[in-house]
Amino acid sequence: MASALDTPVILQDEIQFVHGSSLWTDAWHRLRKNKLALFGLGCFLTIILLCLIGPLLTGYTYEQTDLTLKASPPLDKIIQRTETLKNGEKKVNVYSLTNIEDEFLEKPRDERKQIAAALARGEEYREGAYLYESSKQKHLFGTDALGRDLLTRVLVGGRISLSVGFVATLISVIIGVVWGTAAGYAGGIADNVMMRIVDVLYALPFTVIVILLMVFFGRNFILLFVAIGAVEWLTMARIVRGQIISLKHQEFVEAAVSLGLSKARIMFRHLIPNVMTVIVIYATLTVPNVMLLEAVLSFLGLGVPPPMSSWGVLISEGASTMETSPWLLWIPAAFFSLTLFSLNFLGDGLSDACNPKSAKD
Amino acid sequence: MVKLIISRLLQLIPVIWVVLTVTFFLSKSIPGGPFSAERQATPEVIQKLNEYYGLDKPLWDQYVQYMTRVAHFDLGPSYTYQTSSVNEVIARAFPISLQIGMLAFLIALMIGVTAGVIAAIYKNKIWDYLPMSLAMAGICVPTFVMGPVLAVYFGLTLKIAPVSGWYGLEYAPLHPMILPAVTLGLFYAAYIARLTRGGMLDILNQDFIRTARAKGVSARDIIFKHAMRGGLLPLISFLGPAFAGLISGSFVVEKVFNVPGLGQEFIKSVFNRDYPLILGTVAFFAVLIVVFNLLADLLQGAMDPRTRK
Amino acid sequence: MNLRRIFDLALFAVSLFFSLVKLDAGTPPALEEANRRKILLICEGTEPRTLDPQTSQGVPEHHVIMALTEGLLENDPNDQSKQLPGLADRWEHNEDYSIWQFHLRDNAKWSNGDPVTAQDFVFSYKRILTATLGAPYIDALFVLKGARDYAEGKITDFNQVGVKALDDRNLQFELIGPTPYFLSALLHTSWYPVHPSTILKFGRIDERDTKWTRPGNYVGTGPFILKSWKENDVIEVVRNPLYWDATNVKLNGINFYSIENYDTQERAFQAGQLHKTLEVPLDRIPYYRREHPDLIRIEPYEGAYLYRINVKRKPLDNPKVRLALNLAVDRESIVKNITRAKQRPSTGYTPPGMGDYQSLDVIHYDPERARQLLAEAGYPNGKGFPRFNILTNTSQAHTTIAEAIQQMWKQELNIDVGIENQEWKVYLDSQHNLNYDISRGGWIADYMDPNTFLSIWRTGDGNNDTGWSNPEYDRLLDQAAQTANPQKRLATLRQAEELWLSEPSAVLIYWYTRFYLMDPSVKNWNPLALDDHNYKFIDLEENETPKLSLTH
Repeated sequence: MASALDTPVILQDEIQFVHGSSLWTDAWHRLRKNKLALFGLGCFLTIILLCLIGPLLTGYTYEQTDLTLKASPPLDKIIQRTETLKNGEKKVNVYSLTNIEDEFLEKPRDERKQIAAALARGEEYREGAYLYESSKQKHLFGTDALGRDLLTRVLVGGRISLSVGFVATLISVIIGVVWGTAAGYAGGIADNVMMRIVDVLYALPFTVIVILLMVFFGRNFILLFVAIGAVEWLTMARIVRGQIISLKHQEFVEAAVSLGLSKARIMFRHLIPNVMTVIVIYATLTVPNVMLLEAVLSFLGLGVPPPMSSWGVLISEGASTMETSPWLLWIPAAFFSLTLFSLNFLGDGLSDACNPKSAKD
Repeated sequence: MVKLIISRLLQLIPVIWVVLTVTFFLSKSIPGGPFSAERQATPEVIQKLNEYYGLDKPLWDQYVQYMTRVAHFDLGPSYTYQTSSVNEVIARAFPISLQIGMLAFLIALMIGVTAGVIAAIYKNKIWDYLPMSLAMAGICVPTFVMGPVLAVYFGLTLKIAPVSGWYGLEYAPLHPMILPAVTLGLFYAAYIARLTRGGMLDILNQDFIRTARAKGVSARDIIFKHAMRGGLLPLISFLGPAFAGLISGSFVVEKVFNVPGLGQEFIKSVFNRDYPLILGTVAFFAVLIVVFNLLADLLQGAMDPRTRK
Repeated sequence: MNLRRIFDLALFAVSLFFSLVKLDAGTPPALEEANRRKILLICEGTEPRTLDPQTSQGVPEHHVIMALTEGLLENDPNDQSKQLPGLADRWEHNEDYSIWQFHLRDNAKWSNGDPVTAQDFVFSYKRILTATLGAPYIDALFVLKGARDYAEGKITDFNQVGVKALDDRNLQFELIGPTPYFLSALLHTSWYPVHPSTILKFGRIDERDTKWTRPGNYVGTGPFILKSWKENDVIEVVRNPLYWDATNVKLNGINFYSIENYDTQERAFQAGQLHKTLEVPLDRIPYYRREHPDLIRIEPYEGAYLYRINVKRKPLDNPKVRLALNLAVDRESIVKNITRAKQRPSTGYTPPGMGDYQSLDVIHYDPERARQLLAEAGYPNGKGFPRFNILTNTSQAHTTIAEAIQQMWKQELNIDVGIENQEWKVYLDSQHNLNYDISRGGWIADYMDPNTFLSIWRTGDGNNDTGWSNPEYDRLLDQAAQTANPQKRLATLRQAEELWLSEPSAVLIYWYTRFYLMDPSVKNWNPLALDDHNYKFIDLEENETPKLSLTH
């Protein structure tokens, strides 16, 4: 449909109307063609969906412990032990097949192995008041040291990590870009002062500040976003400023100035879109940074309160038991990596799409 | 140019002053002092200790006393290392972090820039995806995971590197700085690779590159002579603070490999409420930041003709 | 960037490589070399803050100091409740154990050749009791008559304090009351002597943190002397030829490594860099118990792991509630499934093994009774019970236990409990200032007598931290302090503990064990209740087959 903005163009023998397109529509079109980016987007949305709905479907909660089960590998066979008490009551405990030998440490090695082998075959084993037999219970991703289902914990942890990752990155991008652009464009003393403030903030001990915030405001979840966002914007500001300084002497900026455009308009509509590539790339680098920072904070006791967890917490917990229970590390790490990869492809796609210098062919 | 350098170095003074002041009052506001312990000493002893270290004076007096000392470059005694001063602690811990940091930086730069340039050239083909995926993997695997993995493989399985310590390790062939440096280097390499790729892509899309290609300039010349200067620009701004951070010590890597570097000293000092050591390391770090930001800005000016007025 | 530059870069890389690699890669691993040279490689955990016996506080400090300095008595290598003659070769006491006299052996020397005199001891005690020195264990010496007054400045003449040099060789102590356990108290490093002229060479008698403890300056009475001190890495001590019993010392040196991270310790042990680690990472314990039981040692350790209860907060001020909380914890499950290092579930407060003291058997897992007590307190089935928090310092192990107990209280008593972890100093502060509901804690014995445990619940004791106070309890402890007959004294102490257990100010969980990895080439390292080993007796056997290959 033709509109006033359309430009008539002669292609071969026809006159066609070409829609004038804005920067953003162009970007969206380019993005749609990028298969990898779409794949990333799809992956990412799936993960979000899983984290939102998944925990309701697994049949376990993230906090219910099962102390006798301890850390069991994914899909490990589970053995049930029924103890018949003197008054006829029955007490049931579950154990993982991999660790079942720990229950029989007083016996000699060979005998332990025999019992374990028998149970593995599905047989029963009786000893006094105890009856050991196979159980139908299953854990897709195994359990952690307290017998909590890992799948549920990973999905619930995802909710926390994703929200922290996004909000904190958003905060830091907004502040960093605005600050860096203003400093770079203004130049002179204003630039100097603004960048020295960045230096000062960079040098301040983050740990001290976070401890202080936690003590005064309690273990507030919002605080986590604020604290992390407040630290991440600094490098973004520096990078953006560097780019702006390179650009501000180019002709298109001179042209805008001579047209009498306001400083704000020049910054937001002309300069920033040109540094979009770098911004988006660094933003996709900030998200993992934020999530890892959140893990370090939790590790220092300043993050989400237990028994809640996040991917960062699960990864650092898993890292310390890497040799005995590797699944506790690699499964949360896999989710973490997958999310970041998807964001990565999406980010690359976005930055290509947003780049006004990208060839229009 | 010289004027710029001098003026930036002079700006160090207000920066350090602000940093120290803020840190001073911040660290004194958090609960807990250097002398609280699980087995509490008698109140008289704690009183005497506070007197000895001047901690019983009003906060403002302590502040003035501390800043006067700093003006004489005396950073005070350490509460944790009772026979050392803060200057001595930094003097012995920094060289270790420096060695590890510099090696890590070199590794990161070599791997990262190479990967980023290659990825940019072969954009959207296999030689783009492969390095960038590895880079992403590098970012996703935090140092507290990578460190132990490397330690176990090279230290225990292959038995060629020490897994802990710095001095007196006569037996292992590889120097104790290697594994920590590689762990850190790989991590930063990932960032550098992605930033380089982004920067290079920007440049390679520009018209002047097209012109050069049209003129028949060889691919190698295009990359090395024309594109790289501009392509590496966004990297420079990132490198300033990154380098400062690397050489002031990474707490995690130092803890995993048990090397007595500055990163560990700083974190421990916070947890021990060793105020002079906290302030000393923070001030030291601030100096490094300002100096390396200055260097990065100078480098950017040198490489980018557009910034020169 | 051209070919030339690439070549330069390559050359640089190659030279870098060779400077980093040591080409004599055929050297044997540390352990074999150490066994041959008879040097023991131990990991002590945190870096010692000082090696001054009188201003030191932590366990790593004490272990290093014990190699460098010896006191009147030595630790028995087989039984921590016994003592061997050290610098003193004989001693006697009066009937009610309040006056003791020690004779110093004739060949006792300082490491610079000076003879050890009784006046050296008097100087040392004067030093530690001078409050300006800031000695954390100053109160350990308050058993001496007049010591507390001197420390608090009420008297200024040290001659009025109950320690005298009768002559060069004879030292007399006058105590405030009967102290039958005095000999075991003397084993503590706060009673060790320091060398007067060395101290005074580097500063005043009460001047803290002078350089006298640095290598080259340190003068001590122990089997080893300080060779080097690389902070956060290793402290090396070597044989002292002037030690009075040097001929019986088997080792030629000890290296104390400060490695804080337990996983790093374990890797160092596997790499053959250590003979002994400080601890074993929790999740590796079952692995070692199952596959390498010869390498892991698990020993009882005289300490109690407990959760302090702030008795000033409702409803925790009600003893029935506190008992209910105790009875609803399944300790067996915790030690079997979480800690897994043969800890003993607490049945009382003072652990068993403290000499002749009989520990109590009062606390058990009894959820029925717990529910009953809670109902009697006014919260049937947990109804109306306010939510409170368990405070712990940041540590995965403590948090894991807290999470388990959180679930137990929910399941058995139907009450909601949160977990808060705070950074170490903040946590200590909160605990000391009674700014918590329930706080995880622990108490380790300083010496082998139940008094070291029971004294903290006295009204106003610096380590009470719960607000609990019972005048009858204080009275019983005072009475015990005045009782000379050892059996009667222990009986009185037991009464006091029973009283405390009827209205406890803590949730008792388990009694500690110590677990660590040890290479089989180390001999005579016997399990000891307080883990204070007499290094004189330790030996290294050279031709032990290297431990089972733990490669991956």
